[in-house]
Amino acid sequence: MKKRGTLIIWPALLWLILFFLVPCFIVLLYSVLKKDTYGRIIYSFNLDNYARFFDPLYLNILWQTLVIALLTTIFCLLLGYPLAYTISRASRKWQNIMLLLVMVPFWINFLVRSYAWVVILRSQGLVNTLLMKVGLIEEPLKLLYTPEAVMIGMIYALLPFMVLPIYVSIEKMDRRMLEAAYDLGATPFKAFWNITLPQTLPGIVAGSILVFVPSIGMFVVSDIMGGAKTALIGNVIENQFRTAQDFPFGSALSIIVILFSLILIYIYTRALKVQDGKGGNR
Amino acid sequence: MKSMIQLVDIEKHFSDHSVIPPLNLTIHEGEFLTILGPSGCGKTTLLRMIAGFEKPTKGDIFLDQKRVTDSAPYQRDVNMVFQHYALFPHMTVEENISFGLQMKKVSAQEQMRRIEEVIALTRLSELKKRKPSQLSGGQQQRVAIARAIVNNPKVLLLDEPLGALDLQLRKDLQIELKHLQKKLGITFVYVTHDQEEAMAMSDRIVVMNQGKIEQLGTPYEIYHHPKSLFVATFIGENNIFSQGDQIFSVRPEKIILFPLNQSGAAAPTQEKKRGWVEDVVFLGNMYKLFIKLENEPTVLIAYQQVNGKGPYKEGEPIGVGWLKEDEVILN
Repeated sequence: MKKRGTLIIWPALLWLILFFLVPCFIVLLYSVLKKDTYGRIIYSFNLDNYARFFDPLYLNILWQTLVIALLTTIFCLLLGYPLAYTISRASRKWQNIMLLLVMVPFWINFLVRSYAWVVILRSQGLVNTLLMKVGLIEEPLKLLYTPEAVMIGMIYALLPFMVLPIYVSIEKMDRRMLEAAYDLGATPFKAFWNITLPQTLPGIVAGSILVFVPSIGMFVVSDIMGGAKTALIGNVIENQFRTAQDFPFGSALSIIVILFSLILIYIYTRALKVQDGKGGNR
Repeated sequence: MKSMIQLVDIEKHFSDHSVIPPLNLTIHEGEFLTILGPSGCGKTTLLRMIAGFEKPTKGDIFLDQKRVTDSAPYQRDVNMVFQHYALFPHMTVEENISFGLQMKKVSAQEQMRRIEEVIALTRLSELKKRKPSQLSGGQQQRVAIARAIVNNPKVLLLDEPLGALDLQLRKDLQIELKHLQKKLGITFVYVTHDQEEAMAMSDRIVVMNQGKIEQLGTPYEIYHHPKSLFVATFIGENNIFSQGDQIFSVRPEKIILFPLNQSGAAAPTQEKKRGWVEDVVFLGNMYKLFIKLENEPTVLIAYQQVNGKGPYKEGEPIGVGWLKEDEVILN
């Protein structure tokens, strides 16, 4: 029985080893190699690719990426928590309908959805046309190809990843705990602040990681909605692999981004454990 | 006696089916009152209405002569010990206990004093830095009680607080709770489906069935003078007889047994019915006999003291009787 139990994880494990771990090692290997003028790999160990990263140009881009990722996470949390809370408070039937609505966008191709935002935000787009018709503005606002547009796109794309874990953690919470808080004299706001929020912290952390990490690496949204001005670290990496044919430098940047994500996740979960005492509770 | 809680013509409907028909109840200051009934009889709903978690469909609730029908739970000067304690898992024992005082903005000094007092009273001193998940069931129970009484409520509501504990601990805590109530002088309203628990602790018992109050009285009255068939059979074991259109009950311990094995012996005058022993159950301090009566479908329960003679045997014929004064008329 025990043997079979371990046997059934092998297909998934094999998949992860082949298509995740091995590529990671290839990237790690590339990052310490060189390329010739035509982009071919030269097998000689060096750390120049990492040294190149410390150019202010790239440091700035990473900084901007982190700021946008952080803001995206905060906005997703501010929008997602009330949504998740409302869903969890609705009747069974409405919960299912609302959860379905949260997930419906996944049925449509991500590129198509991103281009839909271009249609909405461009200068002759939905928003500008409407505002001009109403007479609130005379010139079309510059909405597209700005950092804000990139953030709108990212928040839109990643919001469900925030809503779902928070919804689960609110659902899991024992409602009688709130009654106990009211009974002890807590107003609804105080009960939320002292009981609900700390108890749903695991969901908040999970959701934040699920939003923050992809938003560091995301390049499609900034490609489509950010124009040339808003380059994120993901775009730089994409460029190294596709346009510049500089696999080693692209690999080095990838490794740096991965390290950054890991460190931030570590700090985040540690901070949670300090607050929660023993980590998540059952 | 001063009244602490008054329920006046209170009614509760859940989506047009009535859980509690119009009901009146007055609870005295400083008494230990138990609401006893089978599950689904509306006893928990009644308690939750006093706490403010449910709003009565009709009627009024008065707490210490003030109308609280429309007040939110956090505005009422009552505290509740929940069935599964509902302790806050992310707080230590001490933080759990201080929660109510913090919500009411009691001064830090006063908080310290009251928490120390309550922690000593509930013997939690060594556990105050622990989280609820690190406590046993009985310890969690004591935290739940401490968390409630630290607020000096006018009334303490207890919703089957001992239900999740094992028998021995439950019996110990029954005594402890009763002593605590005497010491604090707070009005206790205790909900349970366990009649022994109700007997052991209460000043008065309210027996509820299908949302209605069947009887309100002291444990002695409830046991010895049940006013309805429901009370007679729900509290303790009982034998029900009908004579014409009259129904009466006789407790098993009041049944007198007569051996019938000597042939030709004259029946004693007290003997009322005959039958044979269907089953004998050994209870330690006595035998419980199930006696099938002649020409009647009734199976009677009687107790036989353990003495030198040994119990009746299964199948043995037996005569039964009782004193007229031990008959309790039920209708």
